[in-house]
Amino acid sequence: MYRNLTIRQKQIVWAWAFLALPVLFYTVIRFYPTGNAILISFQNWNLLGSRTWAGLENYDKLWNDPVFWKVFQNTFVYLLLGTPLSLVLSFIIAYHLDKLRFMHGFLRMLYFLPFMTSAVAMAWVWRWFYQDVPIGLFNNILANFGIPQIKFLQSTTNALPAVLAPAVWAGLGFQVIIFMAGIRAIPTSYYEAAKIDGVGWFTVLTQITIPLLRPTIVFIVVFSSIGFLRIFDHVFNMTTNNPGGPLNATKPIVLMIYDTAFNGFDMGYAAAQTVVLFTVLLVVSLVQLRLLRSN
Amino acid sequence: MKANLKGLVLAGLTSSATLFAGTAHAVEIEYWQYFFGARVDAMDQLIENFEAANPDINVTMTHFPYADYRTKVAAAIPAGEGPDVVQLFYGWLNDYVEAELIQPLPSDTFPVAQIDADFFPMVQAMKDGDNYWALPTAVRSLALFYNTRLFAAAGIDGPPATLDELMETAAALTQRDGAGNLTTVGLTAGMTAQDHHWWREVLVRQFGGEPYVDDYRTVNYNTEAGVAALDFYTNMFLNEDAVTSIGFMDEPQAAFKAGLAGMHIDGSFRIGSLADIRGLEWGVAELPAGMDGVQSNYSSYWVNAITTKAEGAKYDAAVLFMAYLTSDEAMQIWLDVVGELPAKPSVGMTEENANDDVFGPFIRGLAYANTTKFVNESAQRQVLVEMVERVQLLDMDPAESLAIAAEAEQKILDEYYAE
Repeated sequence: MYRNLTIRQKQIVWAWAFLALPVLFYTVIRFYPTGNAILISFQNWNLLGSRTWAGLENYDKLWNDPVFWKVFQNTFVYLLLGTPLSLVLSFIIAYHLDKLRFMHGFLRMLYFLPFMTSAVAMAWVWRWFYQDVPIGLFNNILANFGIPQIKFLQSTTNALPAVLAPAVWAGLGFQVIIFMAGIRAIPTSYYEAAKIDGVGWFTVLTQITIPLLRPTIVFIVVFSSIGFLRIFDHVFNMTTNNPGGPLNATKPIVLMIYDTAFNGFDMGYAAAQTVVLFTVLLVVSLVQLRLLRSN
Repeated sequence: MKANLKGLVLAGLTSSATLFAGTAHAVEIEYWQYFFGARVDAMDQLIENFEAANPDINVTMTHFPYADYRTKVAAAIPAGEGPDVVQLFYGWLNDYVEAELIQPLPSDTFPVAQIDADFFPMVQAMKDGDNYWALPTAVRSLALFYNTRLFAAAGIDGPPATLDELMETAAALTQRDGAGNLTTVGLTAGMTAQDHHWWREVLVRQFGGEPYVDDYRTVNYNTEAGVAALDFYTNMFLNEDAVTSIGFMDEPQAAFKAGLAGMHIDGSFRIGSLADIRGLEWGVAELPAGMDGVQSNYSSYWVNAITTKAEGAKYDAAVLFMAYLTSDEAMQIWLDVVGELPAKPSVGMTEENANDDVFGPFIRGLAYANTTKFVNESAQRQVLVEMVERVQLLDMDPAESLAIAAEAEQKILDEYYAE
């Protein structure tokens, strides 16, 4: 039978033969659980016993849950503070690191090191940095200068930025490397032309470097946005006593999902939250891709 | 040659058949618990003793991390893969009964009247009509740990016996640096640790209230007693002469372990980890009594139950194993190895155990302990954590914050019981 196929048909058969494995993998590992999560979001299930149909009950509960709205807001604060901050910081570092020749490799390694470190270990070290006197690094320094202590994690206003800081710091190394690759990819002829024309560094930066970095910026914005929308490990580990606290000041959506599912054993409600997060991620990514698409 | 080989094979088969015949009679049952070094050691010892007394029963133990425990049990039993006897947190019992994952203990081996008489009273939460669903080997209660070195340095003779004395002692132990920052707290504080139990079952009762009514289905602490209990609690860290600070050294037990807390309220499960701290000298006392001498305590426990998977010979073996797990002998082994308290006064209140310097205060506390019937312990704890945070961080009036907490917790209870 195979013999009788045209060359084009044979090509299709082979293409699908090679595609079969990834398609199967994606169906089992990605699409099936996603579909199942959407199904569970319309059901009640406490892990034990059978699932019962709940209709829109879980979504209704979500809509009327003040904690969910607080958490939703927190998640966007993480996104709106974290993404621009890490973008600007990593660009500034990459821009200057690129020009630096002295100990270039070593410095680049130093910036990349936090990215390779386990987020859990890092979060715990920062958690201790933030403690009050007598064990907290920052407060001990303040106390040495006679400055009153700052409540970092035990505060409804300071806690979120305090948790976000190490998350931004940890992701910086990766973004710096990507930016540097982007900067290096810009043809030097543009810069030479600019030099011959005698334009200033600012014009070079805004007219050549940044516009030509557009694909890199799009990648980093989308990538880090998804990261901040899914922030979990830093928050959870820095506040394990009171996950997402105080008064839900630092709780992101993923932590609420985890708490609902594995402390409350309310799988249906957790799945509904997951579906909302999934939708948000999808919309944010699509909007960013469209806005930043090059003309 | 061929005949020889045939004979050899035949001989091999018959001998292996006789070898298996011995175990073919033996019943295999499986026991599951979560992983905690000392608990696994204790259970190994119990299984060894049980198998020696019942040579025709083999018990295999499986354990995995606490975080995966409930998920694994839930997935395994319906699939027929799970344990015959399982260890569960008492607060999950309703869920397991409803999902038909466990079956009641037979009333001939475990007569209700006798268990009522033999066990500490809080075990009765596991009773439903003519049957017990599950029984603990060991229970936990709260007590006051105190740092004897700091006590000696402050010239204090012994642990406080009343709440007034508790505050006086705490004030004497509190130390500050030149800028007024706390460097040693008199008493640790934190609703996220064990304080929510202390507030709920101990302080509210000591100020004349009853935290719940209607078999823990109705919140009842939004009263004068509740406000007084909350005032007492928040006064520990809100005044200028505060004797503690929430989040001091990150976690209350960390502060006590580091020797920077004079007193610390915690459960009996903490004994093991404190015993290993070098240079820390500590004692244990019963929780301080209330204004009119009212004593109260909180107790919790893990129970053993027979799953619906156990049938026929396995069921009989499981019943025998359960009987052994709830015997006096098992409870003494559990106390010696794990440090958790016996569930029966006959073991706990022996001269030696009840007067033990370390276990004694916990065991004596069992006599007046209450067990909260949680429907979702972490959510119900969170309600109290936020109650204190509103007072501490938002300057809310304690009575107002208490009312919000009572309403929030009632909602959790209503939602659960409505299903």
